Amino acid sequence: MWLFKSSIGRKLIMSISGIALVLFLTFHGCMNVVAIFSKDAYNQICSLLGSNWYAILATAGLGALVAIHFIYAFILTFQNRKARGNNKYAVTDKPAKVEWASQNMLVLGIIIVLGLLLHLFNFWYNMMFAEIIGQPTMGGYEATDGFSYIQQTFSNPVFVTLYVIWLIALWFHLTHGIWSSFQTLGVSGHVWFNRWKNISYAWATVVILCFLAVALAFAICPDSLGNISGKVVPFAM
Amino acid sequence: MAKNISFTIKYWKQNGPKDKGHFDSHQMKDIPDDTSFLEMLDILNEELIEEGKEPFVFDHDCREGICGMCSLYINGTPHGKTERGATTCQLYMRKFKDGDTITVEPWRSAGFPVIKDCMVDRSAFDKIIQAGGYTTVRTGAPQDANAILIPKQDADEAMDCASCIGCGACVAACKNGSAMLFVSSKVSQLALLPQGRPEAAKRAKAMVAKMDELGFGNCTNTRACEAVCPKCETIANIARLNREFIKAKLAD
Repeated sequence: MWLFKSSIGRKLIMSISGIALVLFLTFHGCMNVVAIFSKDAYNQICSLLGSNWYAILATAGLGALVAIHFIYAFILTFQNRKARGNNKYAVTDKPAKVEWASQNMLVLGIIIVLGLLLHLFNFWYNMMFAEIIGQPTMGGYEATDGFSYIQQTFSNPVFVTLYVIWLIALWFHLTHGIWSSFQTLGVSGHVWFNRWKNISYAWATVVILCFLAVALAFAICPDSLGNISGKVVPFAM
Repeated sequence: MAKNISFTIKYWKQNGPKDKGHFDSHQMKDIPDDTSFLEMLDILNEELIEEGKEPFVFDHDCREGICGMCSLYINGTPHGKTERGATTCQLYMRKFKDGDTITVEPWRSAGFPVIKDCMVDRSAFDKIIQAGGYTTVRTGAPQDANAILIPKQDADEAMDCASCIGCGACVAACKNGSAMLFVSSKVSQLALLPQGRPEAAKRAKAMVAKMDELGFGNCTNTRACEAVCPKCETIANIARLNREFIKAKLAD
């Protein structure tokens, strides 16, 4: 099948899985910001995305997307190293228009996956996983009390630092990844190239700021956040 | 006024694709700075011959920037830092300073095995062209030039793509050893014109398949290729090739 056998097909797999992951990050970032304003609303989202089958299925889908993106990154890198050959240039001069991120996507990706593992350990393990195995208070709080887990995680400066490094790596990865996806899809040209590039930087910056705002706000003033309370209109499930 | 410069040249010596290769160096004295880079290498070779050493092998042909034969990786840049995006033959010694060390290397890519020193085998590009970089035309009397109307913008862009001389600088600069800028330029020059459309899908598929078969890498859009292209080809061509290829495959 051309999708797996051709170079453009393999890149298309990277492109589509990447775009799907960017959409997920956007959704996740928007959701996180709620925690700054309202504990009740945030926990309501946590319970909605708890351990129901839709959420578990979607999580499995996400896991598959990450796995595909990750595995293909290694396949492509392996093939590209082979194509490059073993002889390295003695002198190299990087042209100004070659962005640093574009040449270090694999390294950035590895940092992102390590960060993801930490993130799953801090949150997913105590929340969705705890609910699935029937021990909802395994992490010390209710599985749906995401707000308390945020407070707990970011009260630790080591975690704050690691999350900031993770988010910076993610920002670099996205600034190249977004426009590169559309370039691979072929929906680019002399005009749209610059548009996609600007969209990449703007989109990556907004998404990362959403995440960063939560991490830093909870690190700096955890007690003055999430105060908008009251009855949250329940979602019809 | 031309002035003379003296510098050290480090040049790559390699006996065939299997040899490990190494750098030799030579002191160049009082070279006028209006000497072209290739003329300077001619002087180097004359000096090497006088010293009883083996001359340095490098590719060159027209020496006027249109044939694409010269292929030297100079101080970390394919074709060196030429004045207006041109090939090695259009590089002049005034771009260097007195006392410099100039490092000359071959295109390094598994797709371009070294024949000797800095001469590499770029016949892989010919094979890609043979796979589909043409239009099938019936011979006979040519039809009137205005029989098929082509918008000026399309004609200009096709011409820009056709100006790719297949020198291989894109592959040499790419960390992935990808030939996508070359292949996309050659696909584009025909895909943009009505005469090239009937075989566009077949061409994109055949040329990409050949490119993959010959072991060139996967493009990761680093843009190193367009930064060094002596003919200023852009990655807009690569987007067009991706589009042509994906469309062709989905239409199968």
